[in-house]
This record gives sequence, structure tokens and C-alpha cells, in this order.
Amino acid sequence: MTRNRNLTPERRRRYWRITLASVVLMVVGAMALPLTGYLYVGLSDAYAQGGGAEDSNPRANYWRAVRAGQAGSSADGVNYSSVTGRPMPGSDALWLNRETENLINGDGQNWRQIRNRVIAVYGGWILFGLIVVMLHFYAIRGRVNLEDGASGVKVLRWTAWERFVHWVTAVSFLVLAVTGLSLLFGRSILIPLMGPEGFSVWAAIAMGLHEFVGPWIFTPGVALMIAMWLINNLPEKGDIEWWIKGGGIIGKSHPSSGRLNSGEKLWFWFIATFGVACIVTGVILAFPVEWAQTRSTMQLSNVIHGASALLWIAFWMGHAYIGTIGSEGSLEAMTTGYVDVNWAKQHHDRWYEEIADSAEHVTVQQPAGGATGEPTTAKA
Amino acid sequence: MARMKFLCDAERCIECNGCVVACKNEHEVPWGVNRRRVVVLDDGVPGEKSISVACMHCTDAPCAAVCPVDCFYTTDDGIVLHDKDLCIGCGYCFYACPFGAPQYPQKEAFGVRGKMDKCTFCAGGPAADNSDAEYEKYGRNRIAEGKLPLCAEFCSTKALLAGDGDLVADIYRERLTRRGGRPQQWGWDTAYVEKG
Ligand code: HEM
Ligand code: SF4
Ligand code: SF4
Repeated sequence: MTRNRNLTPERRRRYWRITLASVVLMVVGAMALPLTGYLYVGLSDAYAQGGGAEDSNPRANYWRAVRAGQAGSSADGVNYSSVTGRPMPGSDALWLNRETENLINGDGQNWRQIRNRVIAVYGGWILFGLIVVMLHFYAIRGRVNLEDGASGVKVLRWTAWERFVHWVTAVSFLVLAVTGLSLLFGRSILIPLMGPEGFSVWAAIAMGLHEFVGPWIFTPGVALMIAMWLINNLPEKGDIEWWIKGGGIIGKSHPSSGRLNSGEKLWFWFIATFGVACIVTGVILAFPVEWAQTRSTMQLSNVIHGASALLWIAFWMGHAYIGTIGSEGSLEAMTTGYVDVNWAKQHHDRWYEEIADSAEHVTVQQPAGGATGEPTTAKA
Repeated sequence: MARMKFLCDAERCIECNGCVVACKNEHEVPWGVNRRRVVVLDDGVPGEKSISVACMHCTDAPCAAVCPVDCFYTTDDGIVLHDKDLCIGCGYCFYACPFGAPQYPQKEAFGVRGKMDKCTFCAGGPAADNSDAEYEKYGRNRIAEGKLPLCAEFCSTKALLAGDGDLVADIYRERLTRRGGRPQQWGWDTAYVEKG
């Protein structure tokens, strides 16, 4: 200590610098040196690839190739099995229990991991998290009401045909969601509740419903909706402004909008892309031999189907929220077909401007309470 | 407890399909459903090999992991079995299985699958041992009778071995030592030609 006191300030600073540098060197060294093991492994790998190949064991190489799904000993070798599946009546090309000549196909293990560990786990948490978020959102924001109350004058927003297609598709979507989710999550959620026998009965019904409703009811519904609403969903100039204002979700602003607002357009284009992918892969899964699908095709289809289905359900929860409890007057539009003029001006001003002159306006007796016959929540 | 295993010695298998026939007959497996099959690798190319394959009764079986109704179980002998009363014929186990073991009887149009069927290691299923119900759904339960799978019993060259994994491994190890070849030597010669 006495010696230190004799140091000049300059030497003292140097002393500290050296101490600090040594500590840093030690810490960095302690972290970096063990990593040199990788260098060693990397170098020896490079060496092995460069040098050892000719000395490798042909028998091991052969079985390694077979394990990877190739026929082994020659480039053009093919596998064969005299045991084949069962031909479908009336077709030479289609048969059940195919691919008998394929000795081993390891892809199923990857599919298992993706379905059970990625889609089921993350998909499950996304759906659960979204419910929690929406409940909080509703608690904080509440319903978006008609700012100027109901005018008592209504205009037609959705024709009877549009509403019919919408609800047929909506109900079949719910059936598909419930039955599909039962197949994915039933094992962990429903078996403990219903027991294995009870769940097996439900799972068989769910699978049958899913495979019937999907291709025969839901698919035509979605196709019709895409065809009849495409024209309302093309991008316009106002869309950018709408997104900049965040769609008026937060605060009181009301971005201007055509017949469908930009959020609804996103929902439309989600269905036209991810939804269509979900449907196409669903059909591939529902007719397992119709196009002589291989196991690998089925695995890929299942992954795309499951992932897009869960995203679709997540998006749908937002759609259903805004359409029902989230916004006053929206559900009425799709049930009765008519909306209050004030609703039209508040939510879809540009659409109302377009139709204001041509559309038939219906005056309804305004109930004492307010717009929708419910206790008044709207401002007078 | 013993852990049951199949092993097919590809240097002995002569693609006679005796194992396939034995299995079909023992369990009265319906047409188009194949619990066991023989695959020829590099068919017609010099050095082609044949190998008999069925359910390999995996530890941590992929089929069991993906089954929506959780109908698989592993016996104390390490045999993977399933309950046809629960199976809904969804096909997932077939997508997951590396060996293409799960098979389906055809139900109706559109290739709709019936309940899955696969090799049971001749150990039947969850129904009472050797009952009619068990025989109808899963085939004969030879294990309960103290017998080994018929496919291996039938194998004319003893390429296909079935039984306690340790014993199977011992037999195979002994064969390999007897063949005495270096890894570079292979082909049928190593199994069938007498060494000088
Ligand atoms: C044309 C429409 C559709 C068809 C043909 C279809 C068909 C299928 C098929 C065949 C499966 C495999 C399970 C089985 O064999 O039953 C499946 C699974 C599933 N589907 Fe669909 N589906 C369709 C639409 C949808 C929609 C709209 C949703 C979501 C709302 C959905 C959600 C699911 C889910 C969650 C699974 C379970 C995936 C798994 O267990 O890995 N599907 N679907
Ligand atoms: S059916 Fe396939 S995945 Fe299941 S235990 Fe047998 S070999 Fe393994
Ligand atoms: S086919 Fe049957 S055994 Fe196979 S995964 Fe589906 S329900 Fe399970």
C-alpha cells in the first residue's frame, strides 16, 4: 500500500489499465478457448471429406443409401415388391396401401415433430393467447357505438343471396374448426374428459363431418364469396391512409372506407391465399388415393393444412369479434341485410356516397331506446 | 423383460415370400392388406438384395405419437399393438411410420379407409387372449401360446429372425464372425460360399 501511494498519477493510471486489460483478456480467453474444439472438429471433417471416402465401407454406404430412401448399389436401380396394395374398383392406377416397394421412408418422423411440436404447440398458444387479448381489448375498449345514434333510416348492404352464402360458409367453417381441432387437440384435451371410448366415437363423427362438409359445402361457399366480393376488395388509394390510422381501432378517428374497409380486405385476401391453400390441401387429405398421392405428399399437405387452418381460425376470431360484440350495427348488417345510414356514414363513408342516390332508403320506426332496439348505448 | 425384435439378414434372404404367405394364412389377413412384404432393392441389377419387412415395433413409435385417438400401446415385451375398437382409420399412423406398416381395408368409395391393420408380432390385441374376437380383429396370438411369430419360424433360410432382441443379436453376431469377411467383402458369397 505504501508503495502505491508513492506512484505518480500517470503510473497509477497505467497500472489500472494493465489490470483491466488482463481481466478482459482472461474473460475473453476463458470463453473463446473452449470454442477451438469446433475448429478442430471442422478441420477433421474437412480432412475426412477430402481424404477418406475411397476407404469407406461399401456395405455401410449401401445401407446408408437405403436408409435415406434410395435404392443402393447402382444409379438406376429401382426397388420392387411382389406384394402390392389393393386396386380400387374401376381403376388401374389407384390402389390403397401403396408404396410397398419403398423399404423405409424417414420423412414421417419429421412430419410427426412438425405436427406435434410446432403446429399443435404454437398454434394452440396463439389461439389461447388471442382469446385472452380479445377479452382484455373488449374490457378496455368496449363496443364501438354509433357516434350520432341511429338515424332510423336504413339502406341495403348485403343482398339475400350474399347473406345466404355468408352464413352457409360461416356455419360450415365452425363445423370444420370444431371437428378439425378435435382431431388435433382431442387427444390431450378431450380424452381426459370423455374417456378413450367416448372420444373415439366423437373423433369418428368429427372426421366424417370434416371430410364431408369441407369439400361439398364449405369449398363452394368460399369459392362463391371470393367470386362475388372480389370487386369490393381490390386495393384503392384510401387503403394506405386507413392503415396509417390503424383502422380507427384505437382512438376516435374514422378512416374513410369503401364498401369493405382495408381490414376486411386483408381478411378477404387472407382467405384467397391461405384459405385456398387450406382447402386445396384439405381436399388432398380427404381423398387419400384419388390422385395416387404418396405419403410424403400427405405429410406436406397435413402440415400446410394444419398451419393454415389454425391461422384461419385465429383470423376468424378477430372477424367474429368485430362483427358481433366489437361494433354496434355490424351483425345486423349480415342478418337483416340493412344498416342504418349513420352506420354507413361512420364506417363506410365512400360506399355510402356512391350508393346514396341510387339505393332504396327504408325508414323504420325509431325505437325509443336507440338504433338496434337495445337499451341505448349510443350517444343521443 | 425381453424386448422382441425382428431382424432380416439381407445376405440370406432369397425373396421366396414364404414369410408373407405364412403371415397371410396364420392371421387370415384380407386381400390387399399386407402385414409383411418382401422388398427387392435394386431389382434386376447385379447385387440386388431382398429384405422382408413388417412393423418393427419401434421404441418411441411415431405411429403412436400421431394417433388422434391414442389407441397404441406397447406390451411388456416391447411389442407395439393397437386397439381397433378405438381406431377411426384416419391414416396418420401410415404417414408417420417409416416402414409403411399400417394397412387399411377399403371401406367404400373415394378410398375411405377402414380400421388400421398391421403386424402384431403374432401377439393379438387388447381383446382376451385367443378369443374369437381377438382372432377376428388381430389374428392369432402365438405369443400367448408361447410361440414366436410364424413368418420367422417359416423362413427357409433363417434370414428372418424374431424373438428376444438379445438372442437375435447373438445369433446374428455369431453369423457375422463365422462369415469372417472384411467389410469390403459382401454379397451372397459371404453367407453361402464355404470359406477355404
Ligand atoms: C375443403 C375444406 C377442407 C377439407 C377437405 C378438409 C379436410 C381435412 C382432412 C382430410 C383432414 C385430416 C384428418 C382427417 O382425415 O379427417 C383435416 C384435418 C384438419 N382440418 Fe381440415 N379440411 C378442410 C377445411 C378445414 C378448415 C376450414 C379448417 C379450420 C377451420 C380445418 C381444420 C383442420 C384441422 C385443425 C385439422 C387437424 C390437423 C391435424 O390433426 O394435424 N380444415 N382436414
Ligand atoms: S407401425 Fe411403424 S412406426 Fe409404428 S411401431 Fe410399427 S414400424 Fe414403428
Ligand atoms: S388410422 Fe387408427 S391407429 Fe392409425 S393413427 Fe388413425 S386412429 Fe390411430
